[in-house]
Amino acid sequence: MQIYLPIAEVSVNAFLLLGLGGLVGVLSGMFGVGGGFLMTPLLFFIGIPPAVAVATEANQIVASSFSGVLAHLKRKTVDLRMGTVLLIGGLVGAAAGVQVFAILTALGQVDLLVRLCYVVFLGLIGGLMFIESLRAIRRARAAGDAPVPRRKHRGWIHALPFKMRFRTSGLYISVIPPLLVGLLVGVLAAIMGVGGGFIMVPAMIYLLGMPTKVVVGTSLFQIIFVTGFATLLHATTNYTVDMVLAVLLLVGGVIGAQIGTRIGVKMKAEQLRILLAIMVLAVCGRLALDLLLEPAELYSLGNGGSH
Amino acid sequence: MKRLLLILALILPAPALAEQVVAGLSRDEIAITTNFDGSEILIFGAVRREAPIPRSGPLEVIITVEGPDRPVTVRRKDRRFGIWINTDAAEVDEAPTFYAVSTTAPLRDVLSDTNDLRHRISIRRAIRAVGSGVSDQPSFTRALIRIREENGLYQLNEGAVSLRDDTLFDTSVRLPANLVEGSYRTRIFLTRNREIIAEYDTVIAVRKVGLERLIYNLAHDRPLIYGILSLVIAIAAGWLASAVFRYIRA
Repeated sequence: MQIYLPIAEVSVNAFLLLGLGGLVGVLSGMFGVGGGFLMTPLLFFIGIPPAVAVATEANQIVASSFSGVLAHLKRKTVDLRMGTVLLIGGLVGAAAGVQVFAILTALGQVDLLVRLCYVVFLGLIGGLMFIESLRAIRRARAAGDAPVPRRKHRGWIHALPFKMRFRTSGLYISVIPPLLVGLLVGVLAAIMGVGGGFIMVPAMIYLLGMPTKVVVGTSLFQIIFVTGFATLLHATTNYTVDMVLAVLLLVGGVIGAQIGTRIGVKMKAEQLRILLAIMVLAVCGRLALDLLLEPAELYSLGNGGSH
Repeated sequence: MKRLLLILALILPAPALAEQVVAGLSRDEIAITTNFDGSEILIFGAVRREAPIPRSGPLEVIITVEGPDRPVTVRRKDRRFGIWINTDAAEVDEAPTFYAVSTTAPLRDVLSDTNDLRHRISIRRAIRAVGSGVSDQPSFTRALIRIREENGLYQLNEGAVSLRDDTLFDTSVRLPANLVEGSYRTRIFLTRNREIIAEYDTVIAVRKVGLERLIYNLAHDRPLIYGILSLVIAIAAGWLASAVFRYIRA
């Protein structure tokens, strides 16, 4: 069944979209990740204009994170104070990101920016995850080894000014590092159409030293507001949020996530992580090839009237 | 000599009046609905004559369908630092968003260059590209035509018009799914000896209707409300889908 997307202005098979949403949903359920960083490149591959893919994916992330935030709020595993500091950074970052996006759209370089960001981040994350899970598997084989060393060197962070007490996390640290983390995530949300959990969660654990139980709730709290803000900005400056596309992906995604969670329970954590790492590297490789190989068509068309 | 010219002057305009086009379309309005996947329009007609069929060369028919004009930026990639990025750009001032030419025989054989230039019939002539400072504007214009031809937006259908007994003609034009809204001008030309002897003009309206129209207008006229609405709808849809799933499981 073909469906005409009113904002993307292309006709796509509705079942393909539901299936894509479902597939990414299964993966995000299995691995406990948002899936924005897989969905956006997949949307490029099926011919959705990158600008529309990024803006619509931001919209979809708000919706798919919503129930998660509610659950975490109920369990009181959200550090609201830390969340707010991260959020302030995130809002500034998102606003800057959308402006950069609009300028580069006019210059005809937005495609390049989004693809480059994806290649760099997917390559980094995929590579790190791959090495990390290989080590974990090796450790598991050589059973009875020393426990995983916890990194505790946060000296320079304690030297920064503007300290603040975060009761829920049990921290007394400067607001500068969380603001910067929030800022980076906000920029990524705006130009890559991702929630940014894959950057924020490690940063919160290793850089800020937050306890693991509040990390996911707090990051979701930040993500939902930042991506919501990015959606509104994209809708008002670039007119690129496609409601129909978002709803189709979402419905597929929610159902997929339920199935994925059940598959995830039955598999070992290291196996899961290595699978995810391979997949991330594959998407990264495909995007990198597009940039490196000579394209079949050197020319491309854009809306006129601006250079 | 003078007498010959007089005779010619009397004879020549006569065929132009003697043959006229009467035409119809299978539809004069195309609605882009939610399940729109392109459309086919049938263009048909007849040649009306007051006098017997002239003997001066065969009758040929040219039919063009032309979407609204829009400026286009054509960009060219080049290798920089090992990756392919857009480096040059050229502006094409006016290019139809859709253009189809259908003829009874190869365009070159049925239309003279002068007439092509005057009526802007061939694809190349339908595009208005005034140089915008780029050294090789023609290659950008050719790229525009090539890309749009691949997408089915520009079509040259030589021999696609069938003409029976020099009187009845018909053709069908395939409109792709990614149409731009607006008035699609449809022209029918009759030619003899590569000269235009009659012309007919009509318009097909292409527009988004129903939900498509509503969403598109809202997104462009009230972007903030649209943004908020898309967030609310997405959240509601996500919540509903998981509620349904929980209900099925329970």
